[in-house]
Amino acid sequence: MSAAQLLQYLLSGVATGSIYAIVGIGFTIIYNSTGIINFAQGEFLMLGGMIAVSLQAFLPLTAAIAGAVVVTGLVGVAVQLVFLSWLKKPGVLRMIIITIGLSILMREAALHVWDEKVHALPPWSGDETSSLAVLGARISPQVAWVLAVSALMVAALTLFFRFTLTGKAMRACASNPAAARLCGIRAPWLVSLSFFLAAAMGALAGCVVSPLTQTQYDMGTSLAVKGFTCAVLGGLGNVSAAVGAGILVGVLESASISVLPLAYKDVVALTIMLAILLLRPQGLFAGMTRKRGPLGRVGGA
Amino acid sequence: MMPARFRGAPLLALAGLVVVAQAALSALKADFYLTQLTMAAWYTLVALGLCLLMGYAGQVSMGHAGFFAIGGYTAAVISTAGAPPWLSIPAGVAATAAVAFLVGIPVLRLRGHYLAMATLAFGFIVSRIILGTSLLGQADGISDIPAYGLVAGLAITGRRALRVQNYYIAWAVVLLGLILALNLVRSRTGRALRAIHGDEEAAAASGINVARHKLAVFVLSAVYAGLAGACLAHFNGGIGPGEAGIMKSVRYVALVAAGGMANLWGTLTVSAGLTFLSLRGAFGLFDDAVFGGLLVAIMLFAPEGVFGLLRRREKAS
Repeated sequence: MSAAQLLQYLLSGVATGSIYAIVGIGFTIIYNSTGIINFAQGEFLMLGGMIAVSLQAFLPLTAAIAGAVVVTGLVGVAVQLVFLSWLKKPGVLRMIIITIGLSILMREAALHVWDEKVHALPPWSGDETSSLAVLGARISPQVAWVLAVSALMVAALTLFFRFTLTGKAMRACASNPAAARLCGIRAPWLVSLSFFLAAAMGALAGCVVSPLTQTQYDMGTSLAVKGFTCAVLGGLGNVSAAVGAGILVGVLESASISVLPLAYKDVVALTIMLAILLLRPQGLFAGMTRKRGPLGRVGGA
Repeated sequence: MMPARFRGAPLLALAGLVVVAQAALSALKADFYLTQLTMAAWYTLVALGLCLLMGYAGQVSMGHAGFFAIGGYTAAVISTAGAPPWLSIPAGVAATAAVAFLVGIPVLRLRGHYLAMATLAFGFIVSRIILGTSLLGQADGISDIPAYGLVAGLAITGRRALRVQNYYIAWAVVLLGLILALNLVRSRTGRALRAIHGDEEAAAASGINVARHKLAVFVLSAVYAGLAGACLAHFNGGIGPGEAGIMKSVRYVALVAAGGMANLWGTLTVSAGLTFLSLRGAFGLFDDAVFGGLLVAIMLFAPEGVFGLLRRREKAS
C-alpha cells in the first residue's frame, strides 16, 4: 500500500471515527444529567440527516441543516418531557427497554414519513467529483467538513461546560444533584437542555456525514453501539478520550476494508468494540473515572 | 391425608386448549390458521427461553434473534449440504449452545447498560455476518430446506398434508419447554437465579456461584432459541436474514416484558397471541411499530406486565 493510499484510509477513518465520537459525547451528556443511557442516540443522526434532506428541497442547504438541527433538538426535548421526565427512580433495565423502544418508534416513524431508501445531502462544497489533495492523497472535501465540524463541536462543548454558568450548572448536577439543587440550580430545565444538546449535536453530525455515508432509516443501531463504546472508553465523561477512541475505531474500521470484504466492515468494528467493552470497561483512564462502572453496582436493575 | 395439590392443572388446560383449537379450526375448515399457530409456537419457545434469562435471572439480552438465527442457519446449511438428515436440528442446537457458552463467559461479566449494549452488538454481528456470507445466502437467505423426519412418520415440514401433526409437534415442544422452565424456576437453581436478579453480591455471599448460574441460564435460554430457529427453518422450508435482525430481538424482549418479565405463563399467553396476530398481518405496515410501541407503553405504565396491570385494577376496585 502506498503512503498516499494509507493517508487516504487514515483520513476517512478519522472522519467516520469523529462521528462515532460525537455519538459517544451525546451518550455522555444525557448520562451525566440523568443516569440514563439513551439507546436512541443513533436515531438522532438519522433524523437530522433525513429532515435536512427534506428541507433541502425548498431551502438553501445551510438553512436546511440549521432547521434539521433545531427540529431534532426539539424532538430530543419532547422525548425527554413526554416519556422520561415523570418517571420516579426507574430501574436500569426499565430505562434500557424504554429507550430501545423509543429508538424503534423513531426508526419506524422515519420509515413511514420517508421510506426505506438511501438518502443523501449534496456535498457541502463542490460536488461529488471534486477532491482535495492532501500530501498526495485525494480526499473528498466533505471529509474535511466532517473533521472541521466535529472539532468545532467538541471545542464549543468543552468551552460551554468549562466557562458558561449553564455549563457549570450542568456539571454540578452531574456530580451531585442534591447539592446542586441546594445551590439553587434548577435541574429539570438542565435535563431538557442536555437532551436538546445531545439530539442537536447528533443531528449536525448526521447532516455532515450524510454526503459521505448516506442516511437510511435503520442506520441508528450500529452508530449507537459504536458511539457507546467511545463513551465507555472515555469513562462516560471524558470528551477527549471519547474522541480518541472514536478515531481509533474509525481508522481500524476503514483499514479492515482493505483486508476483508466491505460487508464485514461493521463486524470488524463491533468486534473491536465488544473486545474493548470487555477488556477495558472502566475506560482508558480508570483512576479518574466515576464509580458507576459496568462491573460495579449500577443501582436497581 | 389430603392429596397434594395437583400442579399440572394449568398445563392440562393448555394442552386441552391446543386440542380444542385444532378441532374447532379443522371442523370450521379454517385449518390454514394452524400454520400461523405453529409458527407462533416456535417463536413462543424463544420468548420462554428469554423469560428465564431476563425475567428470572435479570440478565437482559438484546441479541436473542442472533441465537435463533444460529440454530436456524446451521440446520439450513447442514440439511441442504447433503449431510445425514437427522443431523440438522441437533447440530443447530449444539452450535447455538457452543456460541452462547463462548459469548456468555466474557459478556455476562457486564451488567446493566453494558450487557444490553454488548448483546445488541452480538445480534448485530450475527446479522451482518449472515448478510455478508455467500454460504448463508446473504440477503436471499437459504431456501429449499427439506423436511426433518422424526419417529413414526412424523416430520417437521410445512407441507399442507402434515399441517395438523406439525401444529401438535410445535405445541408439544412448547409444552415441554414450559414444563422444564416451570420446574427450573421452582428448583434450587431457580431460587438462585432470583437471588442473582435481586442482588448479585448478596447472592454470591450466600454461596451461590453467580457466574456459573448466569452462564447456565444464558446457554439454556439460547438453546430454546436455537431449537426454535432450527425447527422453524424446517417448517418454513427456508430462513432469511430478517430472522437475525435487531427488530426481532427487540420483539422477543417486548413479548417477555408484556408478559410480566418473571412470568412464564404471561409470556406464553402474550407471545402466542401477539405473534399469531402479527403473522396473520393484523398490524399491517405497522408491525414493527406495534412491538416498539408496546415495549415503551408497557415499560412506562405497567412494568409488571399486562397481567400485573389487570391484577392491580382488581385490587383497586
